Amino acid sequence: MEHVISGKAFVLGDDIDTDQIIPAQYLAYNPNDPAERKYFGMYAMAGVPPAQSGLPQGHQRFVPEGQFKTQYTIVVAGRNFGCGSSREHAPLAMAEAGSKVVVAEFYARIFFRNCVNGGYLLPCECAHRLIDHIKTGDVCRVDLDAGELLDQTTGERFPLKPLGDVKPIIEAGGIFEYARRAGMLGGSRR
Amino acid sequence: MAKPMTMTEKIIAAHAGRASVAPGDNVWVDVDILMTHDVCGPGTIGIFKEQFGPDAKVWDRDRVVIIPDHYIFTADEKCHRNVQILRDFVKEQGIKYYYDPDFIRGSGMPNPYKDPTRTSYKGVCHKALPEEGHVRPGEILLGTDSHTCTAGAFGQFATGVGNTDAAFTMGTGKTWLKVPPTMKFVFHGQIPPYLTAKDLILAVIGEITVSGATYKTMYFTGDGVASLTLEDRMTLTNMAIEAGGKNGVCDVDEKTLAYVRHRSHIPHWTVYEDDPGCQYVFEYHWDLQLLEPLVAKPYSPDNTDTAHNCRQVKLDRAYVGSCTGGKITDMIFVANLLEGKRVKIPTYIVPGSTEVHADMKRLNLHGQPKAAEEKSVEQVLEEAGCLVGASSCAACLGGPSDTFGRLNEPITCISTTNRNFPGRMGHREAGVYLASPLTVAASALTGYVTDPREFVTEPIGTGAAGAA
Repeated sequence: MEHVISGKAFVLGDDIDTDQIIPAQYLAYNPNDPAERKYFGMYAMAGVPPAQSGLPQGHQRFVPEGQFKTQYTIVVAGRNFGCGSSREHAPLAMAEAGSKVVVAEFYARIFFRNCVNGGYLLPCECAHRLIDHIKTGDVCRVDLDAGELLDQTTGERFPLKPLGDVKPIIEAGGIFEYARRAGMLGGSRR
Repeated sequence: MAKPMTMTEKIIAAHAGRASVAPGDNVWVDVDILMTHDVCGPGTIGIFKEQFGPDAKVWDRDRVVIIPDHYIFTADEKCHRNVQILRDFVKEQGIKYYYDPDFIRGSGMPNPYKDPTRTSYKGVCHKALPEEGHVRPGEILLGTDSHTCTAGAFGQFATGVGNTDAAFTMGTGKTWLKVPPTMKFVFHGQIPPYLTAKDLILAVIGEITVSGATYKTMYFTGDGVASLTLEDRMTLTNMAIEAGGKNGVCDVDEKTLAYVRHRSHIPHWTVYEDDPGCQYVFEYHWDLQLLEPLVAKPYSPDNTDTAHNCRQVKLDRAYVGSCTGGKITDMIFVANLLEGKRVKIPTYIVPGSTEVHADMKRLNLHGQPKAAEEKSVEQVLEEAGCLVGASSCAACLGGPSDTFGRLNEPITCISTTNRNFPGRMGHREAGVYLASPLTVAASALTGYVTDPREFVTEPIGTGAAGAA
């Protein structure tokens, strides 16, 4: 797991549900088929209403039209990120587009669990209302060892909450590798 | 003396092999039933094979239940392919409980079942699970769908998980859980004829917001909940996820036991109840006589208001369906309001399961087997001008663009479903009002959001419909 992640931030509001992160019509793609999996990247955040996409100004695409990758490594959001449907396609889509970390005030539990157990994205929490400070396109650095997010564009620093109980699973890269290390599954991945 | 525990804590402790657990504990538990469907099944199966090997076997072929329900009535070839992935896996693994959409054969839009009693297909998994005997008090049910929490109405721990979690359980029969603290919601009095459980859960979500129960158990109790049919209790627990809840539970009573005795494949189960003196992190009380019919306005289930206050809102469409509002009791409520009248706006009806659809053909407006000269629930709905589709998740979650009832334009719809975040039912700018089946029916008759008290004059009996 990377402990320091730098890149441009994409800013979203509160209660971004998984239907906005990856709309239902794209769930017909099979994530296990590499030729189909990349489409989750193409349609990541396709359901966010334009005015709320890329705050504060809005009307910014997370992934450029017709492309598979985003320029935004870091997603910054408000409260209750990833609520709604349990679809694991949501963190998968963000990771497939190229994002590595999301920093929200707090998460809906299934999305958080999917990030951790599937090892897609680092789900960090920050008690500050980052979306009032960070603008889409700001260059940011998330440093897990220092426990902070630095907005390099503005110079502002924000403390991150510790990863807590799930840190060993995140460090292992997901629930399967964690369970193997704990001797639960026996043997290495085939 | 042992520390008092809640129902959820007791169920988790029993499945973790412990005498007790407390909120915040992380424990490994044995899972009783794992359910998946056509949208998350292929991904789950892929991770299962990647992690356990191409020849791996599921931990228990009688405890993995597969129910295709999401993208069934579509011409999208990828969706048909996904059903075929489920079929191949079921065959390879010898999975016992699989409910095949047997009418999907060639390409193009499949012709639905002609007779809902003569198909292996069930429809919406959360309705199918109890109907087919996979839900019992005291058990742990995981499903790759956020509305898996519905089954908590039967006094079990049921929650939604992602593909990776499901694949892990598929191979091991286990999962890890953080023990949730419990919030208690008490409803006093008998349910009045103009309310359904949908109004109760909208009142809860309006009070605590869409994140008010995050990581927590929602326990619904009181004589008001006892007065609800089992189907209406399922509406309460179904929308626990809309408040961020990890699970929702109701007390087990004779209604629950009668249903489970009649349906369960396994003849024994354990009934747990909250100990006197157990800890709740929140407690809130409602008097059902004071509660009014509610709606959740666009674009959030916690954006609640009374139906009466929204009476100026002009509607383009009404929708009745889904795991939340597509049960036989919901259909009877709607049919009673529409009887002998005509809807003013296009009104789409989607049975929650093939059993619901069969009951719509079999039962009269009182939920009793219809006499030869009586009209069925379905007949009443059709004569009122409703469009009745085949059982499926359908437009509740939008789905492929050719899905029955999908909002393909930025129109305004009133719906018995569960979510109204942007784009949930299709178009990103469509506005969805969530409401009870009574409020949706009343609104379909006027073309505006309408308080059902304008139409409901006496209690609507649903008889034994959906009861056992």
